[in-house]
Amino acid sequence: MLELIVISTLNGVLFGMLLFLLSSGLTVIFSMMGVLNFAHASFYMLGAFFGYQLTRWIGFWPALVLAPLLVGVVGMAVERYGLRNTHRHGHVAELLLTFGLAFAIEEIVSMIWGKSPVDYRIPAALDFPAFTVFSTNYPAYKIFMLAISVSIFVALLIVLKKTRVGLIVQAALTYPTMVGHLGHNVGRVFMVVFGVGSALAGLAGVIAGPSLVTQSDMASLLGPILFVVIVFGGLGSLPGAFIASLLIGLIQTFAVALNGSLASAFGPLDPSLGPSVLTDIWNVTIAQIAPILPYVLLVLILIVRPMGLLGTRET
Amino acid sequence: MRKMIMTAAMAVPFLVGAAHAQDSLKIGYIDPLSGGGASIGEGGLKTYQFLADELNAKGGILGHKVEIVPMDNKTNPQESLVQAQKAIDAGIHYITQGNGSSVAAALEDFVTKNNSRNPGKELLYFNYAAVDPALTNEKCSFWHFRWDANSDIKMEALTNYMKGEKSIKKVYLINQDYSFGQAVRTEARKMLAAKRPDIQIVGDEVHPLLKVTDFSPYIAKIKASGADTVVTGNWGQDIALLLKAAADAGLKVSWYTYYAGGAGGPTAIKQAGLDHQVYQITEGIPNSGNKTAMGFEKEFRAKENMSLWYPRAVNEMRMFKAAAEKANSLDPVKVAAALEGMKFEVLDGGEGFMRKEDHQFFQPIYISSFGSLKDKAKDPFDEENTGWGWHLVSKIDTAQTILPTTCKMKRPD
Repeated sequence: MLELIVISTLNGVLFGMLLFLLSSGLTVIFSMMGVLNFAHASFYMLGAFFGYQLTRWIGFWPALVLAPLLVGVVGMAVERYGLRNTHRHGHVAELLLTFGLAFAIEEIVSMIWGKSPVDYRIPAALDFPAFTVFSTNYPAYKIFMLAISVSIFVALLIVLKKTRVGLIVQAALTYPTMVGHLGHNVGRVFMVVFGVGSALAGLAGVIAGPSLVTQSDMASLLGPILFVVIVFGGLGSLPGAFIASLLIGLIQTFAVALNGSLASAFGPLDPSLGPSVLTDIWNVTIAQIAPILPYVLLVLILIVRPMGLLGTRET
Repeated sequence: MRKMIMTAAMAVPFLVGAAHAQDSLKIGYIDPLSGGGASIGEGGLKTYQFLADELNAKGGILGHKVEIVPMDNKTNPQESLVQAQKAIDAGIHYITQGNGSSVAAALEDFVTKNNSRNPGKELLYFNYAAVDPALTNEKCSFWHFRWDANSDIKMEALTNYMKGEKSIKKVYLINQDYSFGQAVRTEARKMLAAKRPDIQIVGDEVHPLLKVTDFSPYIAKIKASGADTVVTGNWGQDIALLLKAAADAGLKVSWYTYYAGGAGGPTAIKQAGLDHQVYQITEGIPNSGNKTAMGFEKEFRAKENMSLWYPRAVNEMRMFKAAAEKANSLDPVKVAAALEGMKFEVLDGGEGFMRKEDHQFFQPIYISSFGSLKDKAKDPFDEENTGWGWHLVSKIDTAQTILPTTCKMKRPD
């Protein structure tokens, strides 16, 4: 049992940190522009495919740096030539733009790389078991993913909280006109923040690609969970996104690991033993409902605390 | 492009002096070409195109050139019905599908309704891989033919083999959460309890179909359960990723599977170092020892750069030709009637037959294990360049695979 808990915790934290890499960018972009970026998961997918392609050309390590940069450039271009122009038409136009972009990116990716999974492999240097807990190997690559995610989180926190750049960004989020009057180019700040957010999603794609499956539906598989994370954590709140990511990562992993069903909660009075049309429902296991648990959480938090865990305004 | 092929197809008979122009015979291939099922859907498409080429090289079917029309259903029942309707609109009378019994059930229902409402526009449905027993039992249809052994037949054979393996003590079941996965787990529980009451079922898991990208939480659970054997009906990326996660975690158990041989599976088994600990049950294996089948395998690999996952597809297409020639017609009603009860020498040797009562094809099936190949002369084929391959463990003759059916078929008047 202890073994299961240790391994599940590791897996859960890892998945949570991956979610955080993605949601950090999304949540910052949201608080900045007031618009949910529907194409955010698509940047994650772009990162994975760029990473795959660059790995084939120049190797994994250069790709790890270059692919997120490329995605960042794409993100900046989207902000500069897309969102900035639609901004004056209101939020609905911006929302629709990112919505359409998500579909366009998916189609373009499947046109270039096909619809089936590409052979994006873990680099040989990291393809070994890092350590063994209770006779279960833990892959080195997963430790590597964890290390990258944690260091990005720390770096992001330092930049936003301790540096002048962070100060300007934070100020521009709340009082854009004032920051503009003080002589800062607010437009450029927005563009760079959007670019960095996309690059983070891209980085998540590059490192998650080999471990998960790199294919053209990966954005739509992960996209909905991201929205759960940022709404749950509180729109625009970085610490909120962090907590929500970890929580959802752990919940999903542990839900799979747990046995038991609704019926077993009643012990000897197990209602599924009695004749009932509801037998099927009583016998649904926690593991079976694992995939929908995040959405249940989403509904609950919206009812109980509409601004999310650490959010400051109503969603 | 299609226009060009059509023109060519129509022009060629004139050039060789045929009496009349022949339309090509189109077969709608409705299977996933995107999403989680794409890796095997594309493999199936290549197989059918190879088989169509083979038939065309010998003059097609009744002089008609066979053309496979790829139709992407994204492993989605709803999408499959849209594609089936498209097929009808394009004047197609034959469809083939395999991946996903949920899809198969929807298609079977659609085809049955369509055919009773639109006489003259019948659609015949050749099922090459969806193995939910219901399709040839309570849901059976005159318009549906299945070439793969159904799940119950496979589980019967698999548990008969497991019965003799004394090292099996604790079994873990993990399956996809839909009709087929449920059929596998129910039958496995029932049959193991009857044949080996001493075996303990330490886990019985179902997970979402083709949605899981990281199986490590499931593997951790299998490990914690202390299982020595896993039984799974998983297919497509669900088996490849499951085995991959097992390899990463260093899980050492025996695997009894339906589809471990699909794309990515062999690589993961080799990586996990599970030498002859993964078993698969199929209607044919590359190293079957049958000369004709092995010759076919060699030719197929050389051309398509993949191994033959679907010997049943070979049987299907060849039987289709035989039935059309027997009926001397491409009318789906007549072809269906000709297929009923038809006996056929299958690719891997031995006689199979299409049972008239439920349209289930019965054939010899094989249990094989995956691992290092000791005798290269006997077992020449490896998989995915791993150096490891399938080795024959047990052959079950046609007569031993026959299970009763509850089908009460309604035939057209």
